[in-house]
Amino acid sequence: MGSISLQHVKKSFGEVQIIPDISLDIKDGEFVVFVGPSGCGKSTLLRLIAGLEDTTGGTILLDGEDMTKAPPARRGLAMVFQSYALYPHMTVRDNIAFPLKMAKMSKEEIDRKVEYAARTLNLTSYLDRRPRALSGGQRQRVAIGRAIVREPKAFLFDEPLSNLDAALRVNMRLEITELHQQLKTTMIYVTHDQVEAMTMADRIVVLNAGNVEQFGSPLDLYKKPANRFVAGFIGSPKMNFVDGPEASKHNAHSIGVRPEHFVLSRDPAAGSWKGKVAVAEQLGSDTFLHVNVDGLGLMTVRTDGERTFNHGDDVYLTPDQSRIYRFDAAGLSL
Amino acid sequence: MATAQTRNLSRLMMAPAVIVLLIWMIVPLVMTLWFSFQNYSLINPMMTGFAGWANYIYVIGDPSFTQSLVNTLILVGGVLLITVIGGIFLALLLDQPLWGQGILRIIVISPFFVMPPVAALIWKNGFMHPGYGMLGHLWKAFGLQPVDWFNQFPLFSVIVIVAWQWLPFATLIFLTALQSLSEEQREAAEMDGANAINRFYYIILPHMARSVTIVILIQTIFLLGIFAEIRVTTGGGPGYASTNIAFLVFRTGILSNDIGAGSAGGVVAVIIANIVAFFLMRAVGKNLDA
Repeated sequence: MGSISLQHVKKSFGEVQIIPDISLDIKDGEFVVFVGPSGCGKSTLLRLIAGLEDTTGGTILLDGEDMTKAPPARRGLAMVFQSYALYPHMTVRDNIAFPLKMAKMSKEEIDRKVEYAARTLNLTSYLDRRPRALSGGQRQRVAIGRAIVREPKAFLFDEPLSNLDAALRVNMRLEITELHQQLKTTMIYVTHDQVEAMTMADRIVVLNAGNVEQFGSPLDLYKKPANRFVAGFIGSPKMNFVDGPEASKHNAHSIGVRPEHFVLSRDPAAGSWKGKVAVAEQLGSDTFLHVNVDGLGLMTVRTDGERTFNHGDDVYLTPDQSRIYRFDAAGLSL
Repeated sequence: MATAQTRNLSRLMMAPAVIVLLIWMIVPLVMTLWFSFQNYSLINPMMTGFAGWANYIYVIGDPSFTQSLVNTLILVGGVLLITVIGGIFLALLLDQPLWGQGILRIIVISPFFVMPPVAALIWKNGFMHPGYGMLGHLWKAFGLQPVDWFNQFPLFSVIVIVAWQWLPFATLIFLTALQSLSEEQREAAEMDGANAINRFYYIILPHMARSVTIVILIQTIFLLGIFAEIRVTTGGGPGYASTNIAFLVFRTGILSNDIGAGSAGGVVAVIIANIVAFFLMRAVGKNLDA
């Protein structure tokens, strides 16, 4: 069991208010990702749940029990840190066994659980090594191993993949998702990378300046962003925004079009917006064009990888009318 | 030092310094060795010439030598014990966030800046003197007979003074070690259910192992040669109760005017220092490997 409920949680560091007021309900077994730009308070929120920071106000319930003032150890949560925070003088085995040893478990039981965790995470042949003799991905797995042996109510991940190289990050992303499907334990995962958020989460919390901008499933956020911030944050490359008369045509203060929702043509008759290609990024599978549209500014357009464009080419863009996002003056979706 | 040229150049540039250092070291050592095999007493200038092992037999054979050796080991061991345990304790305290931390740290570290003879004098007259020392007054305030520290507990008194001087050094090194411990590791241990004592034993202490080693090694080097504190306070007495090897060399060579025997004692001291260094490196040196 591991439901987590935040009720009007507030946090300030002296005069600086980091989290004005957040309420969230995370269901048992859910994989929730906190995502937002750096400094948005996502790590602070995670540390509040972990008990590593004291709340300034509000209540934190774990499984319905008030844990607002409980020390970290009593909350029954496990955390994986960004730096992994492995104990450098202990072997992998001792690292994984440490929480069990602190819980005063019997030697046999500790051995059994460590063996099991090591098998799950493919660490069996590294058990007697020190952390410094391991690669980044292996250290990451040890940190996860140390978390799972305790059979916690929930796992907290604080940007665990940001120290890994790109290929390994994709791998570990899959491993963590698989682990979640296997264990079915609640997981809260903090990241600034919206790709990680989209691919891993059951539900995503988009945070900005300490406020929850939207809480919903990845596709919800993609299809129905609550406001301009979410619309701009979710999706890669970013959504294109247009203000002024072009937006007024759609009865909105500003409109947004995702790069993948354009029809691109070289034929003047086929396009509504005319522009010149500034940069073409060819990825093979896709091509991202940065197009200088007359009167509207730089737009990012996604097109298939087979077509080649050069700097200075004239192109014509037609936004997919059914997929234009409309925002009012306050940035809320219409 | 990538190429042969830069390597040769760097050797050439370093040579003057290395040569001067070598002369500085070798000449006194060779002279001491030479004197240690000579009949060379200032009281009896007529007696000269090669002495063979006589000086060594005289120094080592004397009961005062054994006592000095034991005193040296007790002195080094006692000071190390107090400074390492006390230093860890003080460093843990100073690592806590508290008001006036900067000033407090400077105050704690200040004894290290006091010259050894001055420190010894402060302790001798300011604290430990049975007539007008602070401790004497304290004892009297409780209606007790003041302790004559330097006569009743001579070696212990010297240990206290030297430990007082070296405690700041240990504290400083341990404090920097504590501050280099990653906050996330402490937090991870906290999440893992370790209480304060377990965190200290399993996380903080192993992290400090290397700095403990460094403190032990550096302090041992200096503590083997403690002289000023003994000279100023007890003068090695009563009898030989607070005489260490360094002070024994002084007593033999300078106070008794027997340069030959004093030199022999000096050579023995060098050998003992090397033996201690050898065992010390074997005992704690492995902590220095990265």
